[in-house]
Amino acid sequence: MKNPYRTQNIAFFFLFLATLLIVVPVGLIIVIIIQKGLPAINWQFLSDIPRQGMRAGGIFPAIVGTVYLVTGAIILALPIGLLAAIYLSEYSKDNLLNRLIKLAIVNLAGVPSVVYGLFGLALFVVFFKFGASILSGSLTLGIMILPVIITTSREALESVPQSFREVSLSLGASKWQTIRHIVLPNAIPGILTGTILGLGRAAGETAPILFTVAAFYLPRLPNSIFDQAMALPYHLYVISTQVPNVAEKIRYGTAFVLLALVLIMNLVAIIIRYKFRKRKKW
Amino acid sequence: MAKIITKNLNLWYGTFQALKNVNSTIEANRITAIIGPSGCGKSTLLRVFNRMNDLIEVLRTDGEVLIDDTNILDSHTDLVVLRKKVGMVFQRPNPFPLSIYENIVFGEKIHADGITRDELDEIVEKSLRDVLLWDELKDRLNEPALRLSLEQKQRLCIARLIAVKPDVLLMDEPCSTLDPQATARVEELMRELKSRYTIIIVTHNMQQAARVSDNTGFMLLGELIEFGKTHEIFTAPRDKRTEDYITGRYG
Ligand SMILES: Nc1ncnc2c1ncn2[C@@H]1O[C@H](COP(=O)(O)OP(=O)(O)O)[C@@H](O)[C@H]1O
Ligand SMILES: [Mg+2]
Repeated sequence: MKNPYRTQNIAFFFLFLATLLIVVPVGLIIVIIIQKGLPAINWQFLSDIPRQGMRAGGIFPAIVGTVYLVTGAIILALPIGLLAAIYLSEYSKDNLLNRLIKLAIVNLAGVPSVVYGLFGLALFVVFFKFGASILSGSLTLGIMILPVIITTSREALESVPQSFREVSLSLGASKWQTIRHIVLPNAIPGILTGTILGLGRAAGETAPILFTVAAFYLPRLPNSIFDQAMALPYHLYVISTQVPNVAEKIRYGTAFVLLALVLIMNLVAIIIRYKFRKRKKW
Repeated sequence: MAKIITKNLNLWYGTFQALKNVNSTIEANRITAIIGPSGCGKSTLLRVFNRMNDLIEVLRTDGEVLIDDTNILDSHTDLVVLRKKVGMVFQRPNPFPLSIYENIVFGEKIHADGITRDELDEIVEKSLRDVLLWDELKDRLNEPALRLSLEQKQRLCIARLIAVKPDVLLMDEPCSTLDPQATARVEELMRELKSRYTIIIVTHNMQQAARVSDNTGFMLLGELIEFGKTHEIFTAPRDKRTEDYITGRYG
């Protein structure tokens, strides 16, 4: 006779194993980075420029560079992405062309980041003559995270119950008023989720900034958006592979700061999202 | 006095004809009930009156629907104006996930620029009084509307609607989620509102139609089989199919 509980237990076991397989390595990475990186963290490390060929001093320019780049990318990608998502979810008709557009956007999220890097080099650095600059880097990162933001925002908009739209329209609100006052406020948590994902990706990628903005060694802060800048992921790559004899502490310290920066940015978005979500119960 | 007149109204969802040659005259300040088995087109007919069907891309209509002598099926109809005038209460109580106060002023905020807080307060009080919720809720106006009971929610939806000052209230099975006591109280409310509004109620509950309405229309498979005074429909139906339905021979 078949014992349904046994198959169920076996299934649970494998599901649990799969979860463990994901959680354990991530946890280990975090633990190791904290363990090896935390001792390097002090005020000087965070606020000083790199010294002695990046073997001493701090990483302040790289932190600032990454914050600038991520901010720039979000400023570009969030409004455009949101508008595109509103168009796709609220206005576009369900026809072949629009289905293809949606499919293309989802697939763009999977394009390797180095391709975006080359695209940014060709378009912003060379064609628009922005040179290797914060502007070029931000634009490249912005374009890279657009698909994520569009896709998650669209899903957030589409998950707002149709009945809310109907009520609003039935009270004489126009379509735009309905979107503005009913659909968007209820979609904010989901939109923020997309922004978080985009943020993390923009902060962590090396390839898109490699040709478009990142400076190997620039021991000062950028002066304008047309200036080059150091950035944490690239700096980490440089001190790990290009400069001999950098103390392990400094490498892991840099990784720790990058991780912490992304986590802090995510945390802010998560708190905002939580605030909004408390209101939503349907 | 006739408020709404439908003339040879036909409606298609793609190739499926959901309304067939509907002719009716809906009187002002009366309650008109639309009854009939599920899927016969009651909601479809109701949604013609405020053009909510327009959300469906494959929809096609012909014929005329005159509201105050204007054909609202005309492509030039201003839907915002129409929907302010012809409001709708839905089957499931559906307040927005906002406070009680914000729910009621939603329409007013959208329609009137630069309206003052005092004016809004006044609208909230008046609308809640109209639906007999003021005493219960006056101290809870900033609570989330989703915390109310089903009956309170449905009343709130009616309050939210009358805050935009419509002439016609369309109600699509407004009591189907309520218990019998709550249903009786909402019916009482409808009777009170009818002196000021033209009310059309869709219901699958024949007793309800008999209790609250002045006129009744019976629909079957997209046709309006019979339309007339409620007591006549229920006591002396002219059509065999109406008789079969009200004596319980259809589902
Ligand atoms: N959006 C739609 N697309 C296609 N057919 C529909 C749509 N809405 C309703 N119908 C069909 O139209 C008929 C009438 O529906 P409806 O007006 O909702 O009936 P009722 O409210 O009387 O139960 C049904 O056969 C239903 O399947
Ligand atoms: Mg219905």
